[in-house]
Amino acid sequence: MSLENKFKELEKKNEKALIGFITAGYPTAEETSKIADALTKGGVDILELGLPFSDPIADGITIQRASESSLNAGMNPDLYFNVAAGIKGVEKVCLTYYNLVLQRGLEQFVNDCESAEIKGLIVPDLPVEESKPLLKICKGYETNLIFLIAPTTTEKRMAKILDVASGFIYVVSLLGVTGAREKLSDTIRPLIGGIKEMELSRDKHVPLAVGFGISKREHVRTVCEVADGAIVGSAFIRIVEEGLGSEENMLREVETFAKSLKKETKIV
Amino acid sequence: MKSKPDEYGKYGTYGGKFAPEVLMSALEELEAVFNSFYNDESFTEELDNLLRTYAGRPTSLYFAKNLSEMSGARIYLKREDLVHGGAHKLNNTLGQCLLAKRMVKKRIIAETGAGQHGVATAMAAAVLGLECEIYMGTEDIERQKLNVFRMELLGAKVNPVDSGSKTLKDAINESMRDWVTNVENTYYLIGSVVGPHPYPLIVREFQRVIGKETKEQVLETEGRLPDTIIACVGGGSNAMGIFYDFLEDKEVELIGVEAAGKGLETGEHGASICAGTEGVLHGMYSKLLQDEDGQIKQSYSFAAGLDYPGVGPELAYLADSGRVRMNSVTDEETLRAFELLSRKEGIIPALESAHAIHFAIEEAKAAKEQKNSLIVVNLSGRGDKDIFVVEGVLGDK
Repeated sequence: MSLENKFKELEKKNEKALIGFITAGYPTAEETSKIADALTKGGVDILELGLPFSDPIADGITIQRASESSLNAGMNPDLYFNVAAGIKGVEKVCLTYYNLVLQRGLEQFVNDCESAEIKGLIVPDLPVEESKPLLKICKGYETNLIFLIAPTTTEKRMAKILDVASGFIYVVSLLGVTGAREKLSDTIRPLIGGIKEMELSRDKHVPLAVGFGISKREHVRTVCEVADGAIVGSAFIRIVEEGLGSEENMLREVETFAKSLKKETKIV
Repeated sequence: MKSKPDEYGKYGTYGGKFAPEVLMSALEELEAVFNSFYNDESFTEELDNLLRTYAGRPTSLYFAKNLSEMSGARIYLKREDLVHGGAHKLNNTLGQCLLAKRMVKKRIIAETGAGQHGVATAMAAAVLGLECEIYMGTEDIERQKLNVFRMELLGAKVNPVDSGSKTLKDAINESMRDWVTNVENTYYLIGSVVGPHPYPLIVREFQRVIGKETKEQVLETEGRLPDTIIACVGGGSNAMGIFYDFLEDKEVELIGVEAAGKGLETGEHGASICAGTEGVLHGMYSKLLQDEDGQIKQSYSFAAGLDYPGVGPELAYLADSGRVRMNSVTDEETLRAFELLSRKEGIIPALESAHAIHFAIEEAKAAKEQKNSLIVVNLSGRGDKDIFVVEGVLGDK
């Protein structure tokens, strides 16, 4: 199912999307598949699977550590696509940095995404100005190039992004890097409002999912009041990092936590 | 063949703005502010005055008599080691701190490798009354303790960076993360001609003073342009600074010298142009040291300022076009030049600059037949910061 159809399906059920992020290969490639299953059982609608890069400038300390550990354990693009292809029962998107896409070859990378049934590609260091070559290739495939909009995005830039956006828009909730935060940023409401207004005026509706700093049930609830989905990453990785004594305990906690978040995406 | 970036900040295929969305509007604002102030008389007057009275410009173009006699060419040294702080870095930090002031950003952040850019940033911030925080890899903090102490004396806060290779590359990552978080009140002062557009342009413009002065000075003393200009290349700021005003003088050969570290064949080096491949790092498309998947490799050089797995996009472009010839020099060769310059001329060069000195001597020897070959070397910094590194290397022998 395409990402936009996934959002539509959820809408019919009066639900918003819970999007869960994990770093592939952290702590191991085998465990990634199990963690993905636990997330799916916990109700995650879209799985964002990170392909780690050596220099992740948009990531906070939790995902940095996971990336470094995953790379040290031997994660690479070939292995990544194998692991991703094996994960079933959830819509998948890939998050990585542009250099990895570039070195594999844009066409090869997108082709590998499609073969692994990855429906979207998020590249946080590829702004709309530089996106033309990759965008052109994505158009020939079922893989959407997902763009980000931040609180500092000007109207002019927002318009450029909306022109080419598909799948969903990754709304960055705050100024900063990824990572769990205690409080939800209060810029979300006006930011979402602004994007929706522009979407309306252009008669184009791409779903809006909010990420960065979303780590608690109440965050997910608030986000889902205004947006179409909530993205939770570092909070899941922290559970994996803690390990909780055994793989079994860790996987159970991931699933339980996902379930608790998923509840908050249902409109009552 | 002056290279000017296009509207996307590209030099040919190099450069651009591969930055997180959060920073894009700040980069646009910076470009607009730079364009408006750089041609503004009150701005250039203020900067010129600081360069003259505070930084100690113009720096001299020194005829290295003993080195010349020994090698057979006429070798001049552009004495950037005499700039306040001990390196060319202050030319750029004064310029950018003035920009920050005009943009009403009170907090300056910067990355540093060898610590020279950190020190120069701390100085400029102190004199212009700005807050200053410096990111520095823990590996570099270990290698350059003296500069850490200097930065702290100058009122800067030094934040250790313990991720990745714990060197300059990671200090840049951490600075970008800080900037993403504090973009509204913070100015990120990049120290070399790297990073997303407009940084490579801004830093080159503020370093161009080196080449402008050199041209005037060499015409005055020799009555002609030099045959060759040689500069070391880490990110490439001292090289772009001295090269730029000679780009259109086709008869002047421009040579960049990268760090070959333990030898290019060992893989332990910092030679991104000589031995790297194209890719995206730190917001720019350039030549990088990376593996086939695109993961960035650790660079190596005993000169911390050349220990970086990327290079400025404009320099990568000029190297591709053939206008700048690139070479590399190992740690061991550099050490010989370091000792030689100290003994023959009484100048202890920065290890970075000693790479260029070594290559100049080689060039001079090669050009012996052509009499009166005229070589200018950019002596980008002084070597006081390196004495412990050198002591360690010599002690091992």
